[in-house]
Formats: sequence, structure tokens, C-alpha cells
Amino acid sequence: MENIINTFVRSIFIDNMIFAYFLGMCSYLAVSKTVKTSMGLGFAVIFVLSITVPINYLIESYLLKPGALKWISNTLSDVDLSFLSFIIFIAVIAAIVQLVEMVVEKFSPVLYNSLGIFLPLIAVNCAILGASLFMQEREYESIYEAFAFGLGSGVGWFLAIVLLAAIRERLKYSNIPAPLKGLGITFIITGLLGIAFMGFMGIKL
Amino acid sequence: MKLLSPEYIKLVTEPINRKNPITVQVLGICSALAITVKLKPAIIMGLSVIFVVAFSNFIISCLRNFIPSRVRIIVQLTVIAMLVIVVDQLLKAFVYDVSKQLSVFVGLIITNCIIMGRLEAFAMTNKPIPALLDGIGNGTGYAIILIIVSFFRELFGSGTLLNYPVVEKIGLYKIGYVNNGLMILPPMALIIVGVIIWIQRSKNKDLIESR
Repeated sequence: MENIINTFVRSIFIDNMIFAYFLGMCSYLAVSKTVKTSMGLGFAVIFVLSITVPINYLIESYLLKPGALKWISNTLSDVDLSFLSFIIFIAVIAAIVQLVEMVVEKFSPVLYNSLGIFLPLIAVNCAILGASLFMQEREYESIYEAFAFGLGSGVGWFLAIVLLAAIRERLKYSNIPAPLKGLGITFIITGLLGIAFMGFMGIKL
Repeated sequence: MKLLSPEYIKLVTEPINRKNPITVQVLGICSALAITVKLKPAIIMGLSVIFVVAFSNFIISCLRNFIPSRVRIIVQLTVIAMLVIVVDQLLKAFVYDVSKQLSVFVGLIITNCIIMGRLEAFAMTNKPIPALLDGIGNGTGYAIILIIVSFFRELFGSGTLLNYPVVEKIGLYKIGYVNNGLMILPPMALIIVGVIIWIQRSKNKDLIESR
């Protein structure tokens, strides 16, 4: 249990998807103009991450890992399919995003109206695939830990994009050198936010 | 058209400066910055991206008349994922240490927006040869930014270039020079890119954003 909470907190603050690994930067920069839209995208990312990471965890441990096929028969115990992981993970993500979009559209039109436009964007968000690949590399012990990691990464991403959007809303009124306007200053602010987040480094529960 | 006609050359050179994928089109920053601590992984990452962009552009452009537009994203992702698997296996076979350093970022080339962006914007509507050249140009533009960022980060952060101890050989350590530890940390990559954008836009005034 302690382990799981630790993974959760770590993935929000220390291994933050944006400030530590720069994942999902494209949509982070493009959609962070207002707080409202960035919250929509942030929630969609949390949602998709906390579904895809556990599912990819199951696929990884029951199909792809060296020796993972042992549950079918003993003769398959030395099969290593891990080279297929990229293509399978991305297919799973694309399929789940599509599925989530359809389910949400059917059962909750309100949620669909606020998340819907962001869902297709998310299929190619690096943070989603990145989380699955990190999950594979770090070899989490249980599906609960993988879930905590997915959820935590999503929350961290949400936090980062909402912070940046709030700053950018205020930035409209400040006097920035012309060549630095827009993209340039956004990069520098993200860097400064990243330095601030490094204050969390070393926290361990 | 001949291979060296002005239009073709423009396809390769434009993305290096005026239409640079990172600093102007804002594509593909995702996996760009985490691997710029040292010069060598950055160069290898740059080459891998050039390879994947160029060939996925070429393949998709060959197939463009056969792909139904409703399922094009999944077709594109499959082609890209296939090329990335090739790159990943090659890196593991020939430069294992770099492949370990790049870790998940090779896989993340799949979702690198620069590749999807070029496929959607260029390869789906153009002939194979221009698409190939456009891919090479955009990959190069991306690689150049990676190399510039990693050059400064490695030089000031670790005092080496391609693991050759430059600062030590010049003798700066003896007169009290200390490496800047901040350069190795992730946030500095963003700030360096910000500064590159600043410099580029003060040279090319028409790139300045109005707001």
C-alpha cells in the first residue's frame, strides 16, 4: 500500500510528465491559452491515462514479456514478444481512445461536450504512450501500482497545463520583448516552473 | 522535375530555418528535449528521426491514393510504428549504450507530432519524391535544434563535447571554473530553446507573433 501511494506522489511531482520528461508538450503548448480549455484537456488526459496504463500493463505481463506466454502452455515459456510492444501499445491506445469517445458520447453528453473535442487529440499525445513505455521500463509489481502511476502522471500533467494556462492568461498584459512573445516566453516559463517543481525532489513517503 | 530544381532544394532548406519544426511550427517538442543532456544521444536521436520522417513520408505518399481517409490515422501510426521498431532494433544491435540512454524516447518517436504533422500536411497531398525531401528537411531542422541544445548543455553542464574533456584540456578548472550543474537538469533545455527562439525571431522579424 505504501508503495502504491509513493508511486502516485512521485509521478505527480517528481517524475512529472512535463517538467521532467517533456512529454505531451505539443498539446501542452497549443491548448494552454485559457484555463477552461486546458482543464478540459487535462481531465481527458487523466481519464485516458488511468485506463490505458493498467490495460497495457496486463498486455505487457500476459503477452509480451519474455516468458509471459507461459500461462498458455509450457512450450511457449521462452517466447519473447517485447519487440512488438510499440505497435501493440499504440494500437491499444488508439482503440481505447476511440472506445472511450463512443461510450462517453452515448452515456454522458455533458461530459462529451467538455471532453469530446480533446479525445482525438489525445491518441497521439506523447504523454499517453510515454506512460505505457515507462510502465514497461520500470517494471511495476502489480496492476494497482501501474494504475497509481497512470493516475498520478495524469494528475501531474493536469497540474502543469492548468498552471501554465493561468500564467499565460496574465501574461497578455505584460510587456514582453517582441521576438520573445508567444512561444519563446512560454518555453522559458515552463523551464522556470520546472525548476520550481524540482523542489519536490527527494520526497519519499 | 529534376532532382536539384529550386523547388526541391527549397523543400529541404526551408524547414531548417524559416519553417523549423520546433521553433516555428511547434511540432515534436515532446521527445526532443529529454535526450539533450549529452551530444552523442542527441545526434543519434536526430538521425533516427530523419530516417523515420523521411521514409514514413515516402511510404504514405506512395499509398496516399489507396488510404480511406476515415482510417488514415491508424494506417499512418502502423507505418510509423513499423519504422520505429526497425530503428529501435538497429540501435540495440549497433549502439547498445546509446539505446539504453535513449530508453523510452525511441518508442516515443511514434507519437512525435512532427511525423504525424508532416504526414497530414504534406505526404497525403504530394508525390513521393517531394515528400521524401520534405521529410529529410524537417528531420534535419529537428536534428539541428537538438544538436544546438545538447552542445550547450554538455559543454556548460559537464565540460565535455562528445565525451572529450574540452574544459579540462583548456585548463579552465585550474583557474577556478566550475561546471554549471543547472545545465544538466531538465528545465534548462526548455530555457535554451526559448532563447534560441528569441534569437531566431529577432533575426527574422516576420516570425514574430502579434500578441
